[in-house]
Amino acid sequence: MSQVSTGRASSQQMGSGTGSARRQLSDVRITQLFILPTIVLLIVMNIFPLIYSLFLSFTEYSVIANTPPIWVGLDNYTRILSDAQFWEYFAFTGRYAVVSVGLQTVVGFGLAMLVRNKFKGSPIITTLILVPMMLSPIVVAQFWKLIFNPSYGILNPLLGFTNINTSPEWLGDGVLAFWAIIIVDVWMWSPFVMLLVLAGLSAIPEYLYEAASIDRASPWFQFRRITLPQVMPLLLIAVLFRTIEAFKQFDLVYGLTGGGPGDATKTIAIRLYELAFQDFNTGQSSALAYIVLVVIIAVSNLYIRALNKAREG
Amino acid sequence: MAATSQPQPGYYVNYSTRVDKVGLRPRINTAIRAIIAVIITIIVLIPVVWLGMTAFKSRPDAVASPPRVFFEPTIEGFVFLLTDRRQLSESEIAEYRERTDLSLPDQIVLERGQAIIGQSDFGRQLLNSLIIAGASTFFSVFFGLLSAYAFSRFDVPGKDDLLFFILSQRMLPAVVVSIPVFLMYREVGLHDTHFGMILLYTSFNLSFSVWLLKGFIDEIPREYEEAALVDGYTRLQAFRKIVLPQAVTGIAATTVFALIFSWNEYAFALFLTSNVARTAPPSIPTRLGTGGIEWAAVAAGSLAFLIPVVIVTFALRKHLLRGVTFGAIRKG
Repeated sequence: MSQVSTGRASSQQMGSGTGSARRQLSDVRITQLFILPTIVLLIVMNIFPLIYSLFLSFTEYSVIANTPPIWVGLDNYTRILSDAQFWEYFAFTGRYAVVSVGLQTVVGFGLAMLVRNKFKGSPIITTLILVPMMLSPIVVAQFWKLIFNPSYGILNPLLGFTNINTSPEWLGDGVLAFWAIIIVDVWMWSPFVMLLVLAGLSAIPEYLYEAASIDRASPWFQFRRITLPQVMPLLLIAVLFRTIEAFKQFDLVYGLTGGGPGDATKTIAIRLYELAFQDFNTGQSSALAYIVLVVIIAVSNLYIRALNKAREG
Repeated sequence: MAATSQPQPGYYVNYSTRVDKVGLRPRINTAIRAIIAVIITIIVLIPVVWLGMTAFKSRPDAVASPPRVFFEPTIEGFVFLLTDRRQLSESEIAEYRERTDLSLPDQIVLERGQAIIGQSDFGRQLLNSLIIAGASTFFSVFFGLLSAYAFSRFDVPGKDDLLFFILSQRMLPAVVVSIPVFLMYREVGLHDTHFGMILLYTSFNLSFSVWLLKGFIDEIPREYEEAALVDGYTRLQAFRKIVLPQAVTGIAATTVFALIFSWNEYAFALFLTSNVARTAPPSIPTRLGTGGIEWAAVAAGSLAFLIPVVIVTFALRKHLLRGVTFGAIRKG
C-alpha cells in the first residue's frame, strides 16, 4: 500500500514538472484508453447478462417456446424455496463443500509440513504433487471413473478387494458415490492448499522458532503458537477459494456420477444445468441461478470478514 | 499479501548453522519425511499413470478383470480416438484379410472386425480448442496488460472498487452466467461460433490476467520509466520500450495460465457449443464405441489432452502460486 502512495506522489510530480500540462492530460487519456476495453468487455459479457437474467427470473419463460416472457413476480423464487427437493440439493452441496474443503485443508496442511524443509529431491516432489490441480476436471472425472469401476478398475484390487461380487461399487451406491467424489476432490485440490500453506510457511521468520527453542517450548507449542497463527491468513484464503469453488461444483461431479445414482450426488449446479439446458425452464433456472449467486456472495463475505479479523489479530 | 511484506530478520543470522540441526535425530527425521513424501507422491500419481497405461491397452486388456498391470502395448486406443469406423460382415472381414495394402491403423481396426471410414471429430475439436484457447488468451493478455499497466501506474478514480469488480467476475459460476449468455448469443447469432467462445473466454480470462499482470508490473521499479520520460520518451514509448521487456516473464506466465484455463474449460463449452465450435473437453466423455465405452480411446484422448498441461506445470512451477490465486498472492 505504501508503495502505491509514493508512486502516486511521484507521478504527480512528473506531471507538474518540466512544463507540460499536456503530458498529464495524455496520462489521463492513456489511463482511460487502457482500462476502457476491459471494463466494456466485462460489462457486456458479465453485467448485462446478469441483469437480463435477473429480469428473466421474475418471468415464466422457456427458450424453446416461441412465447415472450410472462411476468410472474416472485413465483419462481417461492416455488424453488418451498420445494423440499431443492433444499436437498442445497444440503448435499453444503455437506460436500464442508467435508471436502475440510479434508483438503487437513491433507494440504499435512503435505505442506511434510515438504516444508528441503531434502534431496523435494522440489521435484512438490511439483509432482501439484500436477492434479492443473488438470481439466472433466478429464479427471473420466479416468477416476475408470479407476472406480468395480470390475476392471484398479482401486478395489489396491484396497484388497479381490472378489468382484463382494467388492464395493463406488459410483453405484449413494453413500459410496459421495465419498468417491470426496476422494477425487481431495486428490485434486489438496495440492492447492499445500501450495498456499507453503507460501505462508516460507514467510515465517526463523528467529521465532529459535527464540521458542531457547525457551524450551515443545514442538506442539511451537506449532500452535507460531506456525498456525502465521499461516492462518493464507490458509483462510485457500479455504475461501475452495469453498467458493465447491459451491460452484459442476464438471467434476457431473463427469463422475452425473448426479446419480438417482439424485444422490446432485449438486445445486448440476440441478441448475438440468433446469436450464435439459428442461429449458429458463425463468425458474434464472431464479435458481440468483439464489446460488447470493449463497456464494454470502459465503465469500463471511470468509473475507474472518480473513480481515485474522490479519488484524 | 500480508505474509510477504513481513521483514525477515532470520535471514541475517543464517551465516551460522544451528547446533540442533546437525545431530543424528534431525537427519533421521528428514529421511523419514522424505520417504513419506515419496510414497504419497507415488499414490498421488497412480491415477495419472494408470490413465497413461490404459491409453496403450487393447480393448480386452483395458476391461480385463482383475485389471492388468502388464500388457502388450498397442496404439489401438489412439486409432479408435481419431477415426470413425463401421462394422464389417464376416465375408468382408475375410476379404479384407486377403488385402495387402492395409495400413497399420487399418490392420488394428480389422482385428476388431471393423474398417476405417474416415477421421473422427476429435482432431477438429482439438483444433477448435487450440484456436479458441489461443485467440482468447492473446486478447485477454493484450487488454489485461493495458489495464494492468494503467492500474499499476496511474491514479485511477475508484481504483480499488474497479479492481475488486474485475476480480469478482471470476467468482461467477459458469452455469449462472451461461443461461443469459446463451440467450444473448442465440439472439445475435453467436451460439456455437468460434468468435462467441473467444469473446466469452477472453472476458473470463481478462479479470485473471489484469490481476496477475498488475502484480508483475508493480514489481518493475518505476524509476526506469521516469528516467525515460525525462529523456524525452512519451508514455507510450516508455511503456513499449521499458515496461514490456521487463514484464516478459509475467506476460509469459499469464499467457500460459490463461491458455490452461481455456484449454481445460468444460461447462461453457458444453452449454454454448454444439457442433461447429465444440472444443475437446466436452467430447472426451462421449467417445463411446459400439460395445460400451472404449476406455482405451477415452484414455488416449485424455492423455493427449493432459500432456501439454503437465509439461506446462513443470515449466511454470515458480509462478504456480500466483497463477492459481489470480495473482492475489505473490510469493512463490
